[in-house]
Amino acid sequence: MEQMIEWIKQPWPWYVAGPLIGLTVPVLLIIGNKSFGISSSLRHACAACIPAKIPFFQYDWKKENWNLVFVLGVFLGGGIASLFLSNPEAIVVAESTQQDLAQLGITDFRSLLPADIFSWSNLFTLKGLFFFVIGGFLVGFGTRYAGGCTSGHAIMGISNLQWPSMVATMFFMLGGFAMTHLILPYIMQWVGL
Amino acid sequence: MKVKEIIESNPVECEAPNMRKDQESGWKLLKYLIVGILFGIVFVKAEVISWFRIQEMFRLQSFFMYGVIGSAILVGVLSIQVIKRLGIKTLAGEPIKIANKEFRKGQVIGGFIFGLGWALTGACPGPLFAQIGFGYSVIVVTLLSAIAGTWVYGKFADKLPN
Repeated sequence: MEQMIEWIKQPWPWYVAGPLIGLTVPVLLIIGNKSFGISSSLRHACAACIPAKIPFFQYDWKKENWNLVFVLGVFLGGGIASLFLSNPEAIVVAESTQQDLAQLGITDFRSLLPADIFSWSNLFTLKGLFFFVIGGFLVGFGTRYAGGCTSGHAIMGISNLQWPSMVATMFFMLGGFAMTHLILPYIMQWVGL
Repeated sequence: MKVKEIIESNPVECEAPNMRKDQESGWKLLKYLIVGILFGIVFVKAEVISWFRIQEMFRLQSFFMYGVIGSAILVGVLSIQVIKRLGIKTLAGEPIKIANKEFRKGQVIGGFIFGLGWALTGACPGPLFAQIGFGYSVIVVTLLSAIAGTWVYGKFADKLPN
């Protein structure tokens, strides 16, 4: 039993995590005829709280409340894993990535998110503006414009052999490459780490 | 136009459509909470909520995220094939239905925009929730900003190329 707990506390390899994430697709279909998709929860939040008579938010969001319950679960799952199953060791980041990021001024590799950026003290700085406010905005705007995110398109859509989801996923990746290689260096210079 | 008319003239092209006929509430929603919790635990334990994992992915310096997403898709493809071929029904006995995705320009433009944000925040919408649960409370700001982005898209949806 103790060995089991020890094993669970280690970071799980991709071939354990990936299939478990993939299993969410049939599980949601079988327990309630639900198609996997997480970014929709952001739309339901708008429809529920600030619909403002916008047609895009005029629908029966209560019928989709399972989606909000699901993301509440993801939040709780994050908390449970953090409290009871967390890995005491620092995250292992690829050597080459560490070198690249160090050049950009990111040097703290102890936790899952770089403490150099993701802390409350950075909220009202340029770092906060880019990484929280603009970053979050792009995620919300882009996923809705694309009609889904990594879960709805890359996993659910491609699993159902939908070519538009393949296109969307390719552009998710292109956007990520563009930000990482072309724009991030300038942002990091500007926010000054 | 009354809200009801808008709904009828403008049927929601919900991206994660709910094909179940009746509306579930109360305890019936518990199963989605449990699946969500397990999902959140996997996110944390595989460290896919890490900003560094996303950087490794976009710098092609680790196979990890490609392995996660690739094997998730593989399991997804196989299970949908099994469901379709065996005609598996839901627990409530309904036939399983999955809506097709139609191609729109948004998948290109919006997809690219999401990609930009993904590399900045190091998170897609799912991991945002898990990061907050894990203890990174400042990510609440990112989440609120993502909701704002969704709202702004909704506001201008009919004016954008799609």
